[in-house]
Amino acid sequence: MYNGEKRRSSYLMLFIKNRIGTVLIFSVMPLILVSGIILYQFKASHYEKIHAHLGTLVKKHKQNIDSFLNEKLGDIHFIAEIYSFHELGNETFLKEKLETLQQAYGPVFVDLGVVNSHGVQVAYAGPFKLGKAVYSDADWFKEAMKREYVISDVFLGLRGLPHFIVAVRKSVNGDQWVLRATIDFAAFNDLVENIRIGETGFAFILNKEGDFQTKPLMDVIPEKGPYMDLLESDTKEEVQIVEKEDELSGNNIYVSAFLKNGDWLLVYQQKASDAFSAFTKALRVSVIIIILGSIGTIALAFVRFKNMAHHMEKAEHERRLMNEQIIETGKLAVVGELAAGVAHEINNPVAIMVEEAGWIEDLLEEEEFKESENIAEFRRALKQINTQGKRCKEITQKLLSFARKTDSKIQEVQINELIEEIITLSAQRAKFSNVTIGCQLQDGLPVIQGAHTELQQVLLNLINNALDAMEKGGGTIDIKTRLNKDHIVVEIADNGPGIASANLKRIFEPFFTTKPVGKGTGLGLSICYGIMKRLGGDIEVQSVIDKGTIFRINIPLKKYIGEKQDLIM
Amino acid sequence: MNKKQNILTVKDAGKSEIENEQERIELLLVDDESGFVDVMIKRMAKRNIHVTGALSGTEAVQILRKNDFDAAVLDLKMEDINGIEVLKIMKKMVPMMPVIMLTGHGSEDAAKEGLECGAFDYLTKPYDLETLIKTIMKAVRQRR
Repeated sequence: MYNGEKRRSSYLMLFIKNRIGTVLIFSVMPLILVSGIILYQFKASHYEKIHAHLGTLVKKHKQNIDSFLNEKLGDIHFIAEIYSFHELGNETFLKEKLETLQQAYGPVFVDLGVVNSHGVQVAYAGPFKLGKAVYSDADWFKEAMKREYVISDVFLGLRGLPHFIVAVRKSVNGDQWVLRATIDFAAFNDLVENIRIGETGFAFILNKEGDFQTKPLMDVIPEKGPYMDLLESDTKEEVQIVEKEDELSGNNIYVSAFLKNGDWLLVYQQKASDAFSAFTKALRVSVIIIILGSIGTIALAFVRFKNMAHHMEKAEHERRLMNEQIIETGKLAVVGELAAGVAHEINNPVAIMVEEAGWIEDLLEEEEFKESENIAEFRRALKQINTQGKRCKEITQKLLSFARKTDSKIQEVQINELIEEIITLSAQRAKFSNVTIGCQLQDGLPVIQGAHTELQQVLLNLINNALDAMEKGGGTIDIKTRLNKDHIVVEIADNGPGIASANLKRIFEPFFTTKPVGKGTGLGLSICYGIMKRLGGDIEVQSVIDKGTIFRINIPLKKYIGEKQDLIM
Repeated sequence: MNKKQNILTVKDAGKSEIENEQERIELLLVDDESGFVDVMIKRMAKRNIHVTGALSGTEAVQILRKNDFDAAVLDLKMEDINGIEVLKIMKKMVPMMPVIMLTGHGSEDAAKEGLECGAFDYLTKPYDLETLIKTIMKAVRQRR
């Protein structure tokens, strides 16, 4: 029985597993596919949008920075153009000009200086005491000697502070001189630092060698990351966008643009997760939706299939039961015929045996035997023969009543009354076995046509069997009646130990018994079966080990119009 | 006659009393089991009933032609002729002779048919000897 349950549950699991796969393919897969496509589209357009946005941002700032530098250069150029070397060589005049510039642009211009062709500063206006400083070795001065305009890289210089130089070269009578101005680093830095987006977006400027021209907000190692590649690229695009994975900060997006005619590179850098946070959020939401949806679908499918499997299994079980029933009927007919034949044939020899024993008993009455010392033993043996003969008689009678139509008067029987009668009959035994008998009888059941004694025999037999089963442990017997179309259904359910499935198959077979030898003939249920069949009804049994057994008999309302012949013989 | 009746009305009349006091009864036993007939002849003799055995319906008819009997015991299930047919013939031949039928269990229909044909009573096999004797006595008493 347990094996059966295990087999059943594994069959169920197999069924569900098979179907769950199908459900996954046909319901969850489209969900994932559609979400995936939508997400992909969204991602593409979102990336495009972010790229465009960042590109524009960087381009705008590049222009800002370029125009800032050009403006400063322009200012210096303007001063060098309109004032002569001598005028500017006057430190008071120079200071005046510095003040004018500072008034116009704020503290962007730190100082001004005029340097002759040998690199010696001839005049200086500013906060530092630079006096006659010599710049002949300074990069910016060398540069200025070659080109007319110079905007230097950021350097520490003589003053030990980061700054850069804007210089213009002029020539007076073949003599070269340079007007230079120091641009305040902080003012320039602000320009770049203001480029901030999200939590991780920041910008900085690198020169051709990869040195910082502004102070980056976060730790950046120019050797790591794609900076050098960006610096060396000779793209014609104004803005370059690169995404790169990096062990320090993960996946980053880099946007760069060349400044100062390609001398400097403006780099904007942001973590990809930050830049595409909207997409990340969308992704998270859709993954959650997909997971919840899938779980929901699978759970629903599981429940549905479980129900379906139960139904199928039930149907299968019923079909199997029906097959068994058909086989059983055929088998019972043959067995019944055989049994009845044997019973009949045995009657005569048994009768003769009993009579012969009786004859010996008669003879023992005679004087000569009365004296015998074994007389008591003879009598006991003869009595035993008689008793066993009677037992044979009972067995053959039962067998014949299973197989043959007994001559019971067909009358109207009220089944509920009959059941109550039988409960009263069994009450004493039930009390002794500690069994309670309850009944739920449907009111107003129509009368049925049948033999009172036969129906009584069937019900009594079933109740007695239930009582036998529960003799040791006690329990309950529930008797129910109900009308089902043209049948009255009587159910006798006990909560006894149940019947093993191997025994259940043979339960209606004549002589099949699980009781000890001599306790039961194994004919009770065969007789019940025979009686119910003769009535045009049915008897069936369901049993679960340790749960109990239900016997169900169906009695037709219409009088059984069968041939008036015996069922089998 | 009176004596006999008195004895028979006494309930639980002992075997010995029947033996001693009753008039000898002539009984025809028709049964195809010779073993059964043999033992019955002996046992009945001890009870003052003289049994003539017939192993078939045909034999029974032949015996009836030559002898008179107080009663007959007829097994309904026999090989040659249907027991009911034998009964009908007997009733034609000796209408006054009571016939007690022996039937197998479950063939009460046949027994009923027999009663309709004029049989005195029927007993279901196997039966008690005492019951059979009582029934025979009852039949004989009624006839007389």
